[in-house]
Amino acid sequence: MQSVAKQETMALAGDQAVAYAVKQSDVDVVAAYPITPQTIIVEKFSEYVANGEVETEFVCVESEHSAMAASLAASATGARAFTATASAGLALMHEMLFVTSGCRAPVVMAVANRALSAPLNIHGDHSDSMAQRDSGWIQMYAENAQEAYDSIIQAFRIAENSGVLLPVMVGLDGFTLSHTLENVEALLDADVKAFVGIRKLPNVLTHEGKNTPFRLDPANPMTMGPIALQNYYFEFKRQQEEAMKNALGVIQQVNSDYAKVSGRGYGDGLVEAYCLEDAEVAAICLGSTAGTMKTVVDALRQDGVKAGLLRLRMFRPLPVEQIRSALANVKAVAVMDKSMSFGGNGGPVFHEVRHLLYDADKRPYVVNYIYGLGGRDTSPTELRSIYETLQGILQAGRVETPIHYLGLRE
Amino acid sequence: MTSQEWKFTIKDIAEKPDLFLSGHRACAGCGPATVLRLIMKATRGPTIVTEATGCMEVVSSIYPYTSWGVPWLHTAFETAASNASGIEAALKIMKRKGRIGQEQVDVIAFAGDGGTYDIGIQALSGAVERGHDFLFVLYDNEAYMNTGIQRSGGTPHGAATTTSPAGSVIPGKLEFKKPIANIMVAHDMPYVATASPYYWKDMLTKVRKGLEVEGPAFLHVFAPCPRGWRSDPAKSMEYSKLAVETCVFPVWESVDGQCKLSTPSKLVALAPQKKKPVSDYLQGQGRFRHMFKPQNKKLLEEVQRVTDERWERVLKNCGETAKTA
Repeated sequence: MQSVAKQETMALAGDQAVAYAVKQSDVDVVAAYPITPQTIIVEKFSEYVANGEVETEFVCVESEHSAMAASLAASATGARAFTATASAGLALMHEMLFVTSGCRAPVVMAVANRALSAPLNIHGDHSDSMAQRDSGWIQMYAENAQEAYDSIIQAFRIAENSGVLLPVMVGLDGFTLSHTLENVEALLDADVKAFVGIRKLPNVLTHEGKNTPFRLDPANPMTMGPIALQNYYFEFKRQQEEAMKNALGVIQQVNSDYAKVSGRGYGDGLVEAYCLEDAEVAAICLGSTAGTMKTVVDALRQDGVKAGLLRLRMFRPLPVEQIRSALANVKAVAVMDKSMSFGGNGGPVFHEVRHLLYDADKRPYVVNYIYGLGGRDTSPTELRSIYETLQGILQAGRVETPIHYLGLRE
Repeated sequence: MTSQEWKFTIKDIAEKPDLFLSGHRACAGCGPATVLRLIMKATRGPTIVTEATGCMEVVSSIYPYTSWGVPWLHTAFETAASNASGIEAALKIMKRKGRIGQEQVDVIAFAGDGGTYDIGIQALSGAVERGHDFLFVLYDNEAYMNTGIQRSGGTPHGAATTTSPAGSVIPGKLEFKKPIANIMVAHDMPYVATASPYYWKDMLTKVRKGLEVEGPAFLHVFAPCPRGWRSDPAKSMEYSKLAVETCVFPVWESVDGQCKLSTPSKLVALAPQKKKPVSDYLQGQGRFRHMFKPQNKKLLEEVQRVTDERWERVLKNCGETAKTA
């Protein structure tokens, strides 16, 4: 076995793990605004600043909109920038998310996933980040505090890769992960610093014809964020799509490089298959639900049910080939959504997974389970019932109800 | 060289290379374009500019062309000040870490009245409260001109815009211009000034002072828009002069909260008999045409009354004794 770096076991809630990863990642500028359940990230980081433990400019902005505008501008100036938010805060950033990805600013952001108003609800679901699906951000979802920590460190490497240059959002489930204490294996400062390195800037051609690092530099004037009309806008957008495609490979590489240092890898970096090889029935989910799901699958396997699980670590870019191949032999699939697309015939993950399976050699039955909205608890018994439904579909040979609501009073 | 030593002669200005370059798409007689070109002449060294969405952003950066001889960033309408915050924070830390040179880099944020009075005021207030070292320049053409002349918080009372048209019941904009520079003074910031491009030396000196001061500086510049004001493109500078002479737009500066009249307005204060009636300024501008109809006589009187009241307030703030003509 390959030797991995020495690590320190720390008891950290997800938010604290994120703050700790940021502290270690040589971040130049943090511009953030507090919102439940992300608050601890900002509070913890403020402590590091107040105690002189980080070399970072902390800009305690007056809104999330300014948090993203300042992060983007800092990134355009050449700095490594981080911010964090949740729910309404992410919604307020909406406009700037598109500008940040369009400006190709590799900002990294933690999102402590939380429901959107109304009614007001501070608890966990994925409504906030799913509403930002098309903002041009890479989206990854952590299963536990350990992965939140690891993903933040990886995110800088992914975002700043010259073939990618896209902002990255790391989702951690509000309260379930953000506020729950776990044992986290933390790398030593020097190892994280070596892994993320100093931000490298790709060279670009300026309007003066100079080949120069991509940043606001008085020695090499560059116009960033111009107006591009019918004749150029489309090409800019196409390039973002290309960057997303490149990200698929980069994420896999970073996942495997990180595994060499830490001993921890998350599937191929894109998806994580659990007991899928011979599975007949399988569920697909994001985030912390996968932890509970794995114990449910274990129990089902004990009972002789060929059950499996596919966790999507990445939602953007969507690992189309990886999902299709992971589900190649599965006969019935339940896609789990922790958000809703009102009037849209199912949740966003369901839409995308069912869509990509249209081109599969063998199409499995696919149903949607919407669950956990506003932090509604989902018990192992309820999760088990999903597999029972899938077994029923296989027996009946047809899908009667394509969209289910789990744990809902009807 | 400090602003006290800097003379800003015609020769200095002519010899300094343009940083806001020709070839931009601004209209004939555009006040803001003149303002930006002049202001960039007053920079003291390496400078980064960030700009809110608006006329000047649109006319100067049509890809693949640019009018900017300095690094320039545009992101959105309401973000001039928050972008400046991020740029300034990045420069500070990258300097501290030795990742860029140690020379002073100035940060200027340009925004129109929409990007300042209205949608941008939260970010501006926040950035000033946090004390970032940057100069915010409001080029005030008194409406959303880029989108076709809609009223803003900076549009004056009575003005007809496409969202405050002079109708048969409502005679143009009912509300008065928001006292934005006073709002900025109330932030207890180091430097606030108002300027008119007709008095270009005064304006450039204020730009330089705003750059030299430690911390945030705010400069409110009067910037006529012939398209939006329905005025003669050849008369933009004339209106810039009349606005000061009628006390519609007094020029003053506040250094660490101490307000002082600037020379062009000081001359009016010293010789109140020379203070011109507001109608001298309003006449000839299509946006105020309806105010000269007999049925709107009261409106005209009200504008004069409020202009006088606001002038008295400026005199008081600047420690001048009010003199009546």
